[in-house]
Formats: sequence, C-alpha cells, structure tokens
Amino acid sequence: MDPVIAFIIAKYNYWMYIILMMIGLCGMIIKKNLIKKIIGMNIFQTAIILFYISIAAKKNATIPIIAHAHGDGHAAVNAAGIINPLPHVLMLTAIVVAVATLGVALALAIKIYRQYHTLEEDEIISQIRE
Amino acid sequence: MNSHFPALIIVVPLLSAFVIVMAGWLNKKYCFPLAAAALGSSLVSAVAMLSRVMDSGPFTYHLGGWAPPWGIEYRVDHLNALVLVVVAAVAFINLIATRAIVRADFPEKTGSFYGLYSLFATGLLGVVVTGDAFNLFVLLEITALTGYALIGIGKQHAPLASLNYIFMGTIGASFYLLGVGYLYLATGTLNMADLALHLSKISGSTVVLAAFLICLTGLYMKMALFPLHAWLPNAYACAPSAAAGIIAPLTTKVMVYVLIRITLFVFTPAFTYAHLPLNQAMIWLASLAIVMGSILALSQKSLKKILVYIIVAEVGYMVGGLWIGNRISISGSILHIVNDAAMTLCVFLAAAGLQFKLKGDSFIALRGSFRKMPYTMAALVVGGLSIIGVPPTCGFFSKWYLISGALTAGTYQFVVALLLNSLVNVVLFFRIFEIGYFEPFPGQDSHRGQKAQAINEAPLSMVAMLLLVSAGLIALGLFSSDMVTRIILPSIPAGIL
Repeated sequence: MDPVIAFIIAKYNYWMYIILMMIGLCGMIIKKNLIKKIIGMNIFQTAIILFYISIAAKKNATIPIIAHAHGDGHAAVNAAGIINPLPHVLMLTAIVVAVATLGVALALAIKIYRQYHTLEEDEIISQIRE
Repeated sequence: MNSHFPALIIVVPLLSAFVIVMAGWLNKKYCFPLAAAALGSSLVSAVAMLSRVMDSGPFTYHLGGWAPPWGIEYRVDHLNALVLVVVAAVAFINLIATRAIVRADFPEKTGSFYGLYSLFATGLLGVVVTGDAFNLFVLLEITALTGYALIGIGKQHAPLASLNYIFMGTIGASFYLLGVGYLYLATGTLNMADLALHLSKISGSTVVLAAFLICLTGLYMKMALFPLHAWLPNAYACAPSAAAGIIAPLTTKVMVYVLIRITLFVFTPAFTYAHLPLNQAMIWLASLAIVMGSILALSQKSLKKILVYIIVAEVGYMVGGLWIGNRISISGSILHIVNDAAMTLCVFLAAAGLQFKLKGDSFIALRGSFRKMPYTMAALVVGGLSIIGVPPTCGFFSKWYLISGALTAGTYQFVVALLLNSLVNVVLFFRIFEIGYFEPFPGQDSHRGQKAQAINEAPLSMVAMLLLVSAGLIALGLFSSDMVTRIILPSIPAGIL
C-alpha cells in the first residue's frame, strides 16, 4: 500500500474529526443564514466530542463495566482489556454544554427574527445601516 | 468552615442564583438583597483566602474528598487569591451601583437578571479557583453562556451582537477543549499540577506543542486579542449597562489570568519561553493589538464604543507583558489585571450613570455633562487619567512595570506601542472632557451665565460606588509596590529571571 494512504488509514479518527471540524468552521464563516451558522457551530462542537470518544477506544477491549466490583472486584482489573471511560464522562459534560449553547443561540435567533423579520445576515446588516 | 472557603466561594452564588430566580416569582424585591448577600459572601471568602495565602502560603481543597489527580482539586495560591478578590469585589460593587438601573431597565425580569448575574460571577470565580483543566472549560462555558444571555437582553442590536459573540466564543472554548484533549492524550491526566509534572518530562513532544498552540488560539479568541477581537466591541457596547459593568472589566482579565495559569503553571516557563521565534511573534502581536486598539478607538463617536476599543488595546498590554517573560514584565501583567479591572469598572460605571441620566452616550448627549453630573464626571476623569497612566493613579504603575520589563528585555516595539497608546488615550479622554466641560447643553446658545441646568446626578448608590472605585484607583496606585512585593512576586514561578 502507498505509505501516504497507510498513514491516513492508520490515523483515520483524527482525519475524520478534522474534516468535521472544518465543515463546521466553514459553515460558521461562509454561510449567511444564521440558522446554518448555528448548525455549523454544532457540527464543530460535535467534532471535538467525537475526537475525545475516539481516543478512548482500544483494540479488543470491552465496555468499562466490571461485574461484581463490590467487595473483591478491586484485585483483577486488566486495564488493557477495558476502554477508557474518562473521555466519555468528560464528553457527557461537553454535550450538556453544547446543548445549552445551542439553546441560547436558537433563543437569540428567534429574538433576531422578531426584530428584523429575516435571518439572512446581509439583509440584517443592510437594515442596520439604513 | 474556614477550610471550606474555596468551595463556598462558588457554591454560595451558584445555589443563590436559583433561589434568586424563584424568589423573583414571589416578589421582585427579594432578588437584589439575595444577590448582594451571595456576592458579599463570595467577597468575604476571597479576602479570607487571600489573607490565608499571604500568611501561610498556597493551599488546596479536594471537592467531595476525592484526592487528585482523580478528583477535582481547587488550588489557591498568591496569583489566583488576588484575582479572586478582584473578581468578587468588581461583581459586588457593580451589583450595588447598578441597582436603580436594573430596576428601570428590567422591571419584569429582575429575578432572571440577578440570577444570571450571580451565575456569571460563579463562573468567573470558578475559572479562577479551579486547579483542573477540564473543570476550567466547564466553568468557562458557564461564564460564557450567562454572558451571552446578559448581553442578549440588551436593546437595539444586542441579540445580533450576542449571537456573533456565541459563534466566536464557542470556537474559542472548543479550541481550548481540543487543546486539553491533546494534553490528556499525551499525559493521561487533567489536574494542572499533575499535568505540569508530566509535561516537564515530555516537553520535546510535538503533541504537547500542538496542545499548547491550540490552547493559546482558543484563549486569544476568548480574550479578544487583536485580530480575534471582532466579537467584543459590539457585544460590550450593546450590553445593558448593568451587565456591561461586570462583563467588560472581568471577562478579558480573567481570560488573561487563564493564559498566565496555562503558560506558566501547566506548561512550565522552561517550555513556554523555549521557542524564541514564537515569543517574538507574540510580542509583535501584542504590540499590534495595542496600536490597532488605539487607532480603532480614535474613529469612534460614542463613549462606550471608545471604551470597548480601549479594552482591546489593554488586552495587548497584559499579553505582551507575559510574553516578554521577565519578572518585572510579568509582575506588570498581573498588576495590570488588577488595575485594569478597577479602571474599566470605574469608566463603565460612569458611562452607565451618564447613559441612565442623559439617555445616550454619543458626544452630543455628553455636552454640558460636567455641570449636570459633577460627581460622575469627576469619577470618569479619575478613571480616564488612570487609563492614560498619570501618577498617582494605578494605571501609571502597571505601565511602569511593563515598560521597564520591556526595556530590560530589549523589546522596543512594545515600548513604542505602549507610549503611543498612552498618547492616544490622552486624545480620547480629553476630547470627552472638553465636550463635557466646555460645550453648551443641547438647546442652549452659550455656556455663559447659565444656572438653568440644575445638578441631576445619577442615583445615590451609583455615585457612592463610583467615588469609592475612583478613590480605590488612587489607593491601588499608592499601594502598588506593596502589592507587587507581597503578593505578585511570590506568585511568579521560580524559573523566571
């Protein structure tokens, strides 16, 4: 196999998150519609959430639930056989943050629509200039 | 009780925020006293922690009793004890000062406003007190989300400005989160002290360098360093005066604190200052921010717009002082966090009072304001002189430290930018003073022999707080060398010359 393709495939999770992040960033910068910008913002945040989730994965590992952990569960935990639960926990918080951001952004979009009767940024700016 | 101050300082305003909103449903009168009590208790905790740190050195607090690096650790040292006092004091003073304005601006939404205000202060205090990199992100977003809402309830174009702030702020916070992700990837820990320990062993790694640059980009966006400042002017100028009085003095300053925390305490000074071209580029960037902030401020036609571009320039001061990287310049940066918070509070409170009474802050509205509102304008003069940097106001001393640090390091472009900015500030403020003092009131032929316009001052609580803050500006100046030797110098890591 071509070494370049091998390099891309070996690190495909990073490529995916960077592509998603750039899609989100483009949405925020290029699109003129405020709702599309908000969608771009959400894709951007989701890309970073997926990045965290992907670094938790391990080959041939199982979910981080230990049966019969109470009592004598401490002794024999094979860390290599269990995926890392910490990034998942962190991302639960990040998802809450992303949802809250989305909520505030949409609420403001409603307010903007009531004020200017449009969600196209250039139309709003031309209204402000008048 | 005594040992729980690091938790109490954020738990009290956090829980109070919900109580305030609920109390607002019963009777709007309860909201203000509750908010004042909550933020007052935070101020007491902050002062108690500062005195404890000065007596017996840094201490830590383990939330829920979980030991770090697994649990979240709150760590109080000289640096963040000082910033905590600043944050709590500004939040408390602005709350008292803007009581009448809030009552007039939000008769229906008093409860929501004070709830958001209390949450905003919680977020800022949490960002400063935490010793965990991911916890910092969460608290940063609490601050940002409440900030968006506080700005968005303003009039005119506030919702649009706030939405633009959401886009930029979210990109900034997400970049910081990504940087923390890379740090976690490289070290497997999120506790700042633990991170510093691990990072010193792998400082050559490209993952660490990537994490560093990504974190920096995110933080620069959040603190509105030129050219990433585009969200700030409209958002701060459109924000309701009562909210602008806490958002404008604190948000950028707390972000500069985070920058100092990340660069000097997570990535060690040895790593941060190891890349000479990067340092030089950052100093140039900071100098450019100062110059561009000055130029943009000159072209504005209203008081608040001028003040927000001054904030853009001031961010350059603190970032430049950090990157020059000797003890004097870093002391200047930290001192400027304190001083700039105080001076920005002073001028924004004065602007809020003027806007409240004169129904506008354009140059035309400001005519004759000295006669109409003598105390408010006197406070604006003290604040203006401090931003210009006239001794004995505090602004002079932090500029002095920054300039002598820059001269020691030989970064003359920063000195030139600083002096240029001081000159521009002279022009900006004296133009306002001239309009306020010499130009006649609207609808009046000349300014001779008029007793027509009686004194029509801002509300008493506002004037009292303004005079307190402007006296504070001079007091901070007089005691600045004490503050530097007793608090700021012990907070700088030992590795810096």
